[in-house]
Amino acid sequence: MDGRKKNNKAWFLVAPVVLVVAFTAIIPLMAVANYSLQDIQGADNRLFVGLDFFKKVATDPNIQEAFGRNLLLSAQILFIQIPLGIFLARLMPRSGWKASAALVVVAIPLIIPWNVIGTTWQIFTRSDIGLGGVLVNNFIDYNLSESTLDAWVTILVMDTWHWTPLVTLLVYAGLRSIPQAYYQAAAIDGASAMAVFRFVELPKLKRVLMIALLLRFMDSFMMYTEPFVVTGGGPGSSTQTLSILLTTIAIGQFDLGVAGAFSLMYFLFIQIFSFVFFTVLTLDERPGATKVSAKGKTAVKQNEKERKPSSSKVKGVLK
Amino acid sequence: MTTIMATSAAGKKTSRFRIDLRSWLFWLIMAVWALPVLWLVSMSFRDNADILSKFEIIPTKISMNGYTQFFGDPTWIGSYMNSVTYTLLNTVMSLVVALPAAYAFSRYTFSGDKHLFFWLLTNRMAPAAVFLLPFFQLYQSLDLFDTALGVALAHMLFNVPLAVWILEGFMSGVPKQLDEIAEIDGYKFGRFFLTIFIPMIRSGIGVTAFFLFMFSWVELLIARTITSTDAKPIAAQMTRTVSASGIDWSLLSAAGVMTIIPGIIVIWFVRNYIAKGFALGRV
Repeated sequence: MDGRKKNNKAWFLVAPVVLVVAFTAIIPLMAVANYSLQDIQGADNRLFVGLDFFKKVATDPNIQEAFGRNLLLSAQILFIQIPLGIFLARLMPRSGWKASAALVVVAIPLIIPWNVIGTTWQIFTRSDIGLGGVLVNNFIDYNLSESTLDAWVTILVMDTWHWTPLVTLLVYAGLRSIPQAYYQAAAIDGASAMAVFRFVELPKLKRVLMIALLLRFMDSFMMYTEPFVVTGGGPGSSTQTLSILLTTIAIGQFDLGVAGAFSLMYFLFIQIFSFVFFTVLTLDERPGATKVSAKGKTAVKQNEKERKPSSSKVKGVLK
Repeated sequence: MTTIMATSAAGKKTSRFRIDLRSWLFWLIMAVWALPVLWLVSMSFRDNADILSKFEIIPTKISMNGYTQFFGDPTWIGSYMNSVTYTLLNTVMSLVVALPAAYAFSRYTFSGDKHLFFWLLTNRMAPAAVFLLPFFQLYQSLDLFDTALGVALAHMLFNVPLAVWILEGFMSGVPKQLDEIAEIDGYKFGRFFLTIFIPMIRSGIGVTAFFLFMFSWVELLIARTITSTDAKPIAAQMTRTVSASGIDWSLLSAAGVMTIIPGIIVIWFVRNYIAKGFALGRV
């Protein structure tokens, strides 16, 4: 990113993207905002209601419950998938045809259409004809459509099956970028496997892990298709995610005002959360952080440079 | 000296043993991971009566019923081709607009560039459910409802930001001196970009194309909402296997297997770059 020229003509190059995204995102969002502020009864009969719909959404017990449920689901997903992804990536073969084969095998769940993921798991977990369902039923009584816990665990396992490969591939890419010399140096120092992971690999994985965390949070917080196909949000509303609830309100009940307000709040929450998350994780990479040291703390900067020969080398190459 | 060599040799031996064990563990986990998909494949080769009457792990009575039904029915083949069409259309359109933008982000700073970049990303974070209603109305009023072009356009919502993000990562890996030398040699920007720069990052473009294809191919909610019959995606067609006699498991699994195939084909072409692509080109 260093050494880029200031040139406002670059706007011409980004103009097509801005136009396309304006068409696909801004116009629809404006329509959503429009719904959320008016009570639309008919083409010529609309009433400005201000923030009424927002208040309604914020106090709706169903939406509150779905929000809490989705937050819990996302937390559990991150808690399981990030460590599991790192574990799998460290096991993956690093060279030769085995590495290529492993990459393809790991990536397969990611290229299956989401509803087919749902269908696959629906078939797999049927307690009469599904391999998984029958196997589990040998040990415990498993019934997806009756037990809340079973449904929840199934969604969790399915999502882990579906998305852990993404974390694995990201971490794998990060691991591959670590020079062999780092491992040799660690071996000379007699570092334990744990220490190699903690002090050699983890710092290098920071960036990819940040991407993995962000993507996994965002995607799990807007999960729709897979649970919709497998459980339909049930039993009751025990696996109803925010997106399923929103779709029900928008398309099923055609309640435009509530759906609009809900949409905007939902969208804003994901954005704010991601922004805070992103900012916290990249605090030390921000230009402001180096400016402080450039002004008065040259010694600190020097010290930092000595501690991080690799990063300054990379920057030098880029310059 | 000798001790060092001895320990390093010993280290090699144990590490080779350890790597072997690890590799076994990895393939074991992958075998378990593959079970749901293998189950889907095995179901697709059995007929309905057989599926419902007995439980067996390896099918004893192979039946191609699901596939015959799939290929014999023009609505199934048609919806499959619809999905392929809008997916390819989306891939091409997204690449065309994203390439110059990614170049701008990787080479220049300009007023508001950081905000613009983050704003683009926010569209990747937008829950599809938010856009359903306005999309429905917008595409209907523009006569794009139920057309492949409409779905391709709608999918650009999340694919264009992704393409810019990945391509920018790959482009930043190309030294800027290249641009400067080309300029000194008298290349006009357009010619430089098309004949030198794009060929330089073709692997990055390939990976990006794979991701665009993938994310458009797997999406159901938006595609289903803005189509009805003419451009109906295969994913939506699959939700209609429920009849009076229950779910047609055999046909459903056959269709499921068919939807996995294009992904496996394209993944094979970019297998060596997938990991880098997932890391958005900047590891």
